[in-house]
Amino acid sequence: MSPAPVPEAAAEFWVYLATSPLFWLALTLSVYLGADRLSAWSGRNSFVNPVLVAIVVLGAVLIATGTSYETYFEGAQFVHVLLGPATVALAIPIVRHRAEIRANLLPLVVALMVGAVVGIASAVGLALAVGLDSALVASLAPKSVTAPIAMGVAREIGGVPELTAVLVIATGITGAALVTPTLNLLRVKDWRARGFAVGLAAHGIGTARALQVNPVAGTFAGLAMALNGLVTAFAAPVVVAWIVG
Amino acid sequence: MLHGFVLIVLFQFAGEAAARLAGLPTPGPVVGLAALALLAIAFPALLRAVEPTADALLRHLSLLFVPAGVGVLQHLDLLRAELLGLVAVLVVSTLVTMAVTAGVFALLARPAKEGGR
Repeated sequence: MSPAPVPEAAAEFWVYLATSPLFWLALTLSVYLGADRLSAWSGRNSFVNPVLVAIVVLGAVLIATGTSYETYFEGAQFVHVLLGPATVALAIPIVRHRAEIRANLLPLVVALMVGAVVGIASAVGLALAVGLDSALVASLAPKSVTAPIAMGVAREIGGVPELTAVLVIATGITGAALVTPTLNLLRVKDWRARGFAVGLAAHGIGTARALQVNPVAGTFAGLAMALNGLVTAFAAPVVVAWIVG
Repeated sequence: MLHGFVLIVLFQFAGEAAARLAGLPTPGPVVGLAALALLAIAFPALLRAVEPTADALLRHLSLLFVPAGVGVLQHLDLLRAELLGLVAVLVVSTLVTMAVTAGVFALLARPAKEGGR
């Protein structure tokens, strides 16, 4: 039996597609859109995180088609390059909420400094205690801050940015899932404190959760996310050097 | 929109340059963030110019770290070998960070204004 011409043409077409940056760019955007729809459909359930779903689906496609990450990244880099500008853009929520900052200056600054250091030091200390690999320790250190900043920090202190991206998402999901039971148990009733805590510890995913629960909590969560990104970027190299010695 | 984008990219570039020249172990874009925040408070026109672009970038922030996240494929062995330790560190550290932050904030905050509760 001679091979049918159509599958052969399809195979040739696939070879063309699989090496085309445009294909991987289009796939990244479409898969993310699909994952975002899925998340909306689940009622923005913290466990149906669009980034996590998109990474799993795209990873499965790369493995199934035997495509290297380098080939994939030739297309995906056009999305990746916007991380830097997006980090700079985080200045805007801080500027917009400067009235809230001024009105709550003392608790906000102290909670920010203490929380940022505890977030870094607890991750590094525990990671060393359970004997994790040193690249993993550095990758975990900025886990509480938004991914674009965390990846930049990880790169500076000897971590693996790609691992940090995934650890950051896992931290966000953990924080969003545990914030309500934890703070109820501790009897923290102030919505400002609750929002600030989840935004500081669990960045954008925690902020999304806070916005669902209470608007004041949402505002303070967004503020904490932006401010902790700023503080952790400066504090992480110092705290890590101090603990690791 | 393009105007705002150019401004944001220039702040990023200035941040990268400053971090490198000062030998800071801080990502350049974060230095750009700090500079933009300070200047946008001082100059409302700057805030207005970058707002539309900043909002557009932040609305889809999570899309932007998908390509890097897919890179975890290259480190699956490391992840698998240390999975239990990683999960334990992550959960405990996140819990402690939230509890301490909320506690400190609530302790120092004046009671929230009554009404609307």
